[in-house]
Amino acid sequence: MQYLLLIYRNEAEAAACSETERAAVFAEYMALTKTLESEGVLRGGQFLHPPAMTTTVRVRSGSVMATDGPFAETKEQLTGYYVVEATDLDEAMAIAARIPNARDGSIEVRPVQLSH
Amino acid sequence: MDAFTALYRAEFSRLVAGLVSMVGGLQAAEESVQEAFEAALTQWPSSGWPPHPRAWLIRTARHKALDRVRRRANFEGKRAELEAMARTLDDPAGLSDDEAERRFPDERLKLLFTCCHPALAMEARVALSLRTLCGLTTEEIARAFLVPVPTMAQRLVRAKQKIQTAGIPYRVPAESLLPDRVEAVLAVIYLVFNEGYAASSGEARVRQDLCDQALRLGRTMAELMPRRNDVQGLLALMLLHDSRRTARVGEGGEPVLLEEQDRSAWNRMQIDEGLKLVEEALSGGPPGAYELQAAIAAVHARAATAADTDWAQIAGLYALLARVQPTPVVELNRAVAIAMAGALEHGLQLIEVLDRKGDLKTYAALPAAKADLLWRQGRFRSAAAEYERALALAASAPEQRFLERRAAEARRRSEQRA
Repeated sequence: MQYLLLIYRNEAEAAACSETERAAVFAEYMALTKTLESEGVLRGGQFLHPPAMTTTVRVRSGSVMATDGPFAETKEQLTGYYVVEATDLDEAMAIAARIPNARDGSIEVRPVQLSH
Repeated sequence: MDAFTALYRAEFSRLVAGLVSMVGGLQAAEESVQEAFEAALTQWPSSGWPPHPRAWLIRTARHKALDRVRRRANFEGKRAELEAMARTLDDPAGLSDDEAERRFPDERLKLLFTCCHPALAMEARVALSLRTLCGLTTEEIARAFLVPVPTMAQRLVRAKQKIQTAGIPYRVPAESLLPDRVEAVLAVIYLVFNEGYAASSGEARVRQDLCDQALRLGRTMAELMPRRNDVQGLLALMLLHDSRRTARVGEGGEPVLLEEQDRSAWNRMQIDEGLKLVEEALSGGPPGAYELQAAIAAVHARAATAADTDWAQIAGLYALLARVQPTPVVELNRAVAIAMAGALEHGLQLIEVLDRKGDLKTYAALPAAKADLLWRQGRFRSAAAEYERALALAASAPEQRFLERRAAEARRRSEQRA
């Protein structure tokens, strides 16, 4: 099965991070990505630019409406994601628990609907 | 309960559990088993019960599951996979009834872990366990939890969908996950038990059924994981509490204090079994919360009269419990035990401290405990005031009646003295 691991963080806390902390966490992510690659379970993943860079698009009665900012204005914001291959939810949860921001944010584990 | 319902409850979970891997899903397994029982219900009244009802049910459920898999094979065309499934389902011909029963796997432990997976909401775990492991109907579960039947049906469907779609595994968890997962299973069982035991509303019969089901689940766990102290401890705890079932409720449904219970009405068999389990559970390793609570219940069970209760030992056990489970309720119980062990004033002071902290502001048992200790000191006026405080917090009518009576009696005694 494939799972999308969505990485959520508190935006204010993320912004308050010192440069050294940020660098340390970044290094951790790089290491994790490499490990997941070598384990053969990684199918994709990226960091995302901050929510302030987001545009939300809707089509209503045929016209495109764009709004500044993310769909949901919450303190916890999506900051990145991985797509991984796992045999079951226990395995996917175990990978999620290794993501650095699992310690201060939260990881949403979403099964991916694969077309046959 | 008639013979057929008893058979249904006894065999449902094993049949479902055994079929899940063969038919590739909980929903399909459950439906196949359900159909087998429906077939029995239409055939047995005229043909008579088969000599081995269980073997008959196993065979029929396998056939039903096989039909289901074949239908899917034609429909979806995932031939190879489904044909492999069909092979495991096909009942080997010429097996004796005994053999057919023996060869059918007991996978209830896997089923328990799946139904109690932490990725499911607690209420979904409880409902699913009662449905698949205890064989309760959706209507029965709905009645026990006082929710509309469609709500409960939806809850069950959604839980099964999540198991399938999110890939919740059907297996006993790896060793590294086991402590957490066993705890999750025990939490579900204990919640079911307490729902029945501490119930303040609902039909008495339905409530007792919940206690019985929790005991059954506890027994299943204890039978399948005999070397785990927490598992044995929880079963012991439930047995010892349940042994007081008839003695703890008065004729009008009001609670009867432990001290005033007719101990000859306690269930001796449950107590003996519980005491034996407690000893085993306490023999290895540092005891956890279930073992300690069972040990406390055991001290009460061993006392021939209320006056014989070894309160010092109970206070000691609560002190240990407070370390593994540092909650205000445990603190309250420890304070009461200390008071009952002879240090009345000290116990009262500890309760006073808890009271001022305010964590138990809405908990009727705190003022009730305080009132009881004040009463024992002969301070009836203060006792009456505390009973009235408890009365305002009490949720159930029988509990309110009990507190009202105590408050009135305390007032009468204080006036008598004045």
